[in-house]
Amino acid sequence: MSAEMHAHGAALAADSHGHHASGVLQHQFDSLEQQRDASTLGMWAFVAQEAMFFGGLFTAYIVYRFLYPDAYHIGSHQLNVVLGGINTAVLISSSLTMALAVWSAQTGRRRQLTAWLTTTLLLGFAFLVIKYFEYREKFAHHLVPGLHFSLPAAGAEEGHVQLFFSLYFAMTGMHAIHMIIGAGILMVYIPMAARGKFTPEYSHPVELFGLYWHFVDIVWIFLFPLLYLLGRY
Amino acid sequence: MPRLHLDKPGDYPLAHHVIPVRTYLAVFTALIVLTGLTVFVAFHHLGDPWNDVVAITIALTKATLVVLFFMHVKYSTAMVRLCVISAIFFLLMLFGITWSDYWARKVPAIRVQQTTYDVR
Amino acid sequence: MSAVAARTLRPNYLNAAYGVKSWLLTKDHKRIALLYLASVTLFFVVGGVFAGLIRLELLTPEGDLVSSDTYNRLFTMHGVVMIFFFLIPAIPAVLGNFLLPLMLGAKDLAFPKINLLSWYVYMVAGTLGTLALVQGGADTGWTFYPPFSTRFSNSPVTLVALAGFVAGFSSILTALNFIVTVHRMRAPGLSWFRLPLFVWSLYATSVIIMLATPILAITLVMLMLERSLHLGIFDPTLGGDPVLFQHLFWFYSHPAVYIMILPSMGIISELIAAFSRKRVFGYSFVAFSSMAIAVLGFLVWGHHLFVSSQTAFTGTVFSVITMLVAVPSAIKVFNWTATLYRGSVSWQTPMLYVMGFLGLFTIGGLTGVFLATMGFDIHVHDTYFVVAHFHYIMVGGTLMGYLGGLHYWWPKITGRMYPEFWGKISALLVFVGFNLTFFPQFILGYLGMPRRYHAYTPEFQVLNVLSTAGATVLGVGYLLPMVYLVWSMRYGKKAGANPFGAVGLEWETSSPPPTFNFDHPPVVDHEAYDYRRGEDKKVAA
Repeated sequence: MSAEMHAHGAALAADSHGHHASGVLQHQFDSLEQQRDASTLGMWAFVAQEAMFFGGLFTAYIVYRFLYPDAYHIGSHQLNVVLGGINTAVLISSSLTMALAVWSAQTGRRRQLTAWLTTTLLLGFAFLVIKYFEYREKFAHHLVPGLHFSLPAAGAEEGHVQLFFSLYFAMTGMHAIHMIIGAGILMVYIPMAARGKFTPEYSHPVELFGLYWHFVDIVWIFLFPLLYLLGRY
Repeated sequence: MPRLHLDKPGDYPLAHHVIPVRTYLAVFTALIVLTGLTVFVAFHHLGDPWNDVVAITIALTKATLVVLFFMHVKYSTAMVRLCVISAIFFLLMLFGITWSDYWARKVPAIRVQQTTYDVR
Repeated sequence: MSAVAARTLRPNYLNAAYGVKSWLLTKDHKRIALLYLASVTLFFVVGGVFAGLIRLELLTPEGDLVSSDTYNRLFTMHGVVMIFFFLIPAIPAVLGNFLLPLMLGAKDLAFPKINLLSWYVYMVAGTLGTLALVQGGADTGWTFYPPFSTRFSNSPVTLVALAGFVAGFSSILTALNFIVTVHRMRAPGLSWFRLPLFVWSLYATSVIIMLATPILAITLVMLMLERSLHLGIFDPTLGGDPVLFQHLFWFYSHPAVYIMILPSMGIISELIAAFSRKRVFGYSFVAFSSMAIAVLGFLVWGHHLFVSSQTAFTGTVFSVITMLVAVPSAIKVFNWTATLYRGSVSWQTPMLYVMGFLGLFTIGGLTGVFLATMGFDIHVHDTYFVVAHFHYIMVGGTLMGYLGGLHYWWPKITGRMYPEFWGKISALLVFVGFNLTFFPQFILGYLGMPRRYHAYTPEFQVLNVLSTAGATVLGVGYLLPMVYLVWSMRYGKKAGANPFGAVGLEWETSSPPPTFNFDHPPVVDHEAYDYRRGEDKKVAA
């Protein structure tokens, strides 16, 4: 390799645009921009993988929907559209507040960032509380597969309705677990935000968490109509 | 001469693009309206495949809005878009080919067995 | 100070720090690679012991060594351990972890802490698997088909499934790291088409891991929910379909076999170039073939379901695409062979493994095309023909590549040469032992001997005895490197930066490398495998 290119490369490596914002540049990266871009790509690869994860459940849903459409209508009718609809609005609102949190971080608004992150967390809790009431209703009505499932009104379709409910619990349960993980991360980020850890130079963790949170919202965007809104006419 | 990996201005668009609040509010409003719409349509019978088609279309639209604006994909690099498209493509393959196995059977639904098994 | 003394005292990643904590809390990709090396070797031995017991049982037609129940557990845990704890992680997590940053001219992977986390997650998975072994191991086959696995098996299925689930997560973390590293951490001048082919293969493998492994994860979750909470998703008494499990399971498990073979193919590209002193013929075809295998590999899973009541329509789709997926693999074999032509070929140990790979992978691949043909598959499904086919690829392919790569890069990793004589002996023993073990199994399968049975009819005995004899030879062939490689770490000849005179960024730093890989970040201005430039002079000492 030519000496000039070698020196050129070495010189560029030394000059990282003077960015050492509170020592956050990790040693394997040459600049903060490279670090940001790398972590964004990493987060997106993770989100893509999560999409495939839920995809397995959606595959089972599609297959049994195709085989047992009537059972799906019966099962869907047992679900509480009002609570499901409210939860949808709650999650969409939490996505808005999350996006506003990212905006606050990017524009250096520390107090607003903390407020928006906290609101997101509270909306997340609201979702989980409503979910808890929904699940409690299902338990009370003997609609939990493997436990004491019983829906005589379904007649011959009772077994197939139990399949629907297995998927209902698996899908909403897996979604709820992801919400809980998100809430846990928020509980770590909120004090950090309050202490001013996230500046316009270092807004990246908030942005990346936002990607995760929005993804979880998207899963619910599909779950709501597919589970709650079947055969309602 | 191949590009060096070290950055120049404009190399990393995500780091510098801030989406204005009014865009977020507009997307939020659209999402709420679409949610209301999907609930409304669900309570009206549109003929056999159409309820499903409308529901999925609305859900896809909502998801697209979240991906493009809340998740910044509209202003992201090509690699990020490739991540999104790959996941969608392979999910469609999984859904489609698996479903085709059941479609091709065209047999009455697998009937509930009358015998019970000894469950531990 | 003499040159020898200066070199001995030179700081490198091995002597940079001492003590258990410096290893268990390291962020250095090279040390993490060695942590993985120790773990995967341990699991390889465990899986190998199970294989030994299987072959021991099959010496006689009667099921007289172990009960059928125990035999079920033996082949199940042999499969689970070998696939999830050896074949899938070995090359990426050992050689990939060690070499990827070096080959890219980078200081480390993109996310060193996630790299360490992936090893800990792997060890958690291994602990869960060991716990399951202590409880007798699962008896469902590594494929966990319901309803046996969900309703009737009296073995720790949930625990084994959980171990597989956690192991998958480890895999995903490694893949994520690799993808981002290849995209964002290449040295100046290192464009995509100047990358070593090993990097291309690791990249393709990582893409498969990211997209396929989560499907295994959710499928195992559904299995565990059904077994432990009776959340019946595959339960036929409710109208559920056990074949749906098979669709979901194989959607991952077929791409998984490409996860296992692609990195090995990447090693073959590196080795064949180095030991022919020639660039790989048709570089871009080999690179694109890796990506083609990754994509097409996702669309063929149903060839595992030909006799599972999958419809003929869907079966035909899968059969056709399976034929297609063989093409890029064949392209690679042609290109490797063409690389040898007019090359300056030397026959050191790694090259012996390459030659073994070329022959054995070709046979395994061709028999794969037989199996892709539905009409033929119906007759040999669940027979030893299938067993032979996949062992030719996994052992004759993946394992040969792994051993060849381990020997080739051993001087870089340890600063010591392996003993060439014993290396050659082991390679020959592995080749002979392998063929003696598995070629009879093609015949056995064709003659109708079913797999997963601990007893068989007497006419199959001779071939089974040959197979067990071969397994013994093979075992010796594997044992020898475990001894002499460890021996070489203390007593092996000290290696210089480039003992084989190869071209590649990893050879442009010392053996072993310093902690941050390069004293000066390299700048690349030439093609991969550029053997004409003359800078590939051996630096043997």
